[in-house]
Amino acid sequence: MKTGGSLSIWLFIGFSLLVNGVLIFGAGVYQVFHPPMEKVVLFQLHANVWWGGILAVIGAIYCIYFAPGKGRV
Amino acid sequence: MTLLLASETSSRLVHLSPVDLVIIVFYFGLVLTIGFYLKGRSNTGEDFFMAGREMTAWIAGLSFLSANLGALELMGWAGAAYQYGILAAHWYWIGAIPAMLFLALVMMPFYYISKTHSVPGYLKLRFGESSRALSSVSFAFMTVLMSGINMYSMALVLKIVLGWNINFSIIVSSATVAIYVTLGGLRSAIFNEVLQFILIWAGALLIPILGLIDAGGWSGLKARIATNASAEYTHLWSTLGRFDGNPMGIHWTGIVFGLGAIISFGYWTTDFLVVQRVLAAKDLRSAKMAPIIGAGFKMIVPFIVILPGLLAIAVLPMKLTGEAQAIATGGHSYNEVLPLMLARYCGPGLLGLGITALIAGFMSGMAGNVSAFTTVWTYDIYRALIKKNGSDGHYVNMGRWSTVVGVIISVGTAYLVMDFKSIMDYVQALFSFFIAPLFGTVILGMLWKRATSQGGFWGLLAGTLSSIGMWAWVKVDPTALRYVALSPHARDMAENMYRALWSWVICVLVTVVVSMLTAPKPESELKGLVYGVTEIPSEGDVSVFQRPWFWASVVGASLVAVNIFFW
Repeated sequence: MKTGGSLSIWLFIGFSLLVNGVLIFGAGVYQVFHPPMEKVVLFQLHANVWWGGILAVIGAIYCIYFAPGKGRV
Repeated sequence: MTLLLASETSSRLVHLSPVDLVIIVFYFGLVLTIGFYLKGRSNTGEDFFMAGREMTAWIAGLSFLSANLGALELMGWAGAAYQYGILAAHWYWIGAIPAMLFLALVMMPFYYISKTHSVPGYLKLRFGESSRALSSVSFAFMTVLMSGINMYSMALVLKIVLGWNINFSIIVSSATVAIYVTLGGLRSAIFNEVLQFILIWAGALLIPILGLIDAGGWSGLKARIATNASAEYTHLWSTLGRFDGNPMGIHWTGIVFGLGAIISFGYWTTDFLVVQRVLAAKDLRSAKMAPIIGAGFKMIVPFIVILPGLLAIAVLPMKLTGEAQAIATGGHSYNEVLPLMLARYCGPGLLGLGITALIAGFMSGMAGNVSAFTTVWTYDIYRALIKKNGSDGHYVNMGRWSTVVGVIISVGTAYLVMDFKSIMDYVQALFSFFIAPLFGTVILGMLWKRATSQGGFWGLLAGTLSSIGMWAWVKVDPTALRYVALSPHARDMAENMYRALWSWVICVLVTVVVSMLTAPKPESELKGLVYGVTEIPSEGDVSVFQRPWFWASVVGASLVAVNIFFW
């Protein structure tokens, strides 16, 4: 579905997932090397690393697939 | 701003890191960007109020569901699951799916073919001006009230979780919603709702995943709940044979007939807040598919709302209580289930996304209410009763101004709620006053061509007044509960179910009797409005996988399966 001009709403969603994913992944990697004093439950699973990675990959795919000029809606 | 933010930090549940704050600020920036980007596409009434009627089935379907995922939905039902167990899932399954499929397959053609811009607009076409006036005024009143409740709920959560000042939270969230809805109208609200829907899932999905690992899977969860609460908490139907046999104090007849047949059908098929999203679909097939797509996702929403509530019973070290007791003892209330689970599992970044998910839920609910209010106010009250012959541009300007005014009234309501906290309960009751009878009026109007204008109006009025009367009766004389809810053991939730059922029955009876005593409209005036005199357009030569009934069957079969699995 196109938004106002030539951008698809899915592009905005992809961009949001990409930015959030990169930020969460980065925060997770930092914690791997600098573990906090107070850890969350199941810290050893490093959820922010893999969840951030998943969001970033999905977001990147959406950004590429719905990039301006490709005519996809 | 720093002062406002820091004014109540002593009682905060979690501490945000810089990356969490960046994620939250980025979210606010993105929704405003979408609003500004869409500003140029909301110059006509059709664009501003109906999003140009060009939404795909997926956009309309996700928006349809997202508008419902408001504050009370996310926080309230997670807390209800902690309090009542898996019984709370009835509001997602039997209390939603059949009604959504009915809307798609039976009612949507009439809404869509009549080209109405609202549910009160349909009543005008079918029953005349008096029915529209009654339903539009009550709907406008309810909508701003619900929007204020949403706003207050969000501000309260941000205060409890982050220690943010309530005034700061209300001002920032309401101003953001006002800006993006005023700029882009319904299109902006819908697109942001789709974004918010994705973020809600991205931010909330980890809680049940990590919670199940923590609890030892579904069998481990059931064993812990049986120890910490009761084994009844994981059964959907088997405890509903008696009012006092389950945590909710409800009988299966209340769930099936009150919730499943009346309240859910009333809400999902006649509440303009959700129906407006589907009316914006680009064609009839998309309009029929949108509620089915919404139903498919509604089936799995309990995974991020109900399951965290159940997991909290199993894994949280503290016992949650009601709001009043939590305040008195300094403990945590049922409504804090989701934030507590977020704090338990989510580190930097994830916490920011989880908080963003909660804020997104609150804002989508608020924007849904405000955009629906704007349309009903402008078309069904202002144009119908105050200024009949204005230009299209005049009504668009009125729509923009009424968005701002609607938000301001909502803010006022939010402050009212602070002083009268029990109004939260009253709002739920008020909601049932109008929705159940409205469903009776609309369904008779669509399916029975003999229903007359007088029958529609008096039936709606009688249903609404009888619902209010039953509520007042129980308030004045609590022993009346045995008559209204069929048992003295019934609790608030059960009372709401039965009151809705009786008010619907009264609405239907009065409509039928008055209709039989008055002259019907000629059939030529009912074309496009009533079953039997309306030709439903063909869906075209499409494959079985593109037909709404096929996907409705898939969702319906899934509904039966989950109810048997969790029996």
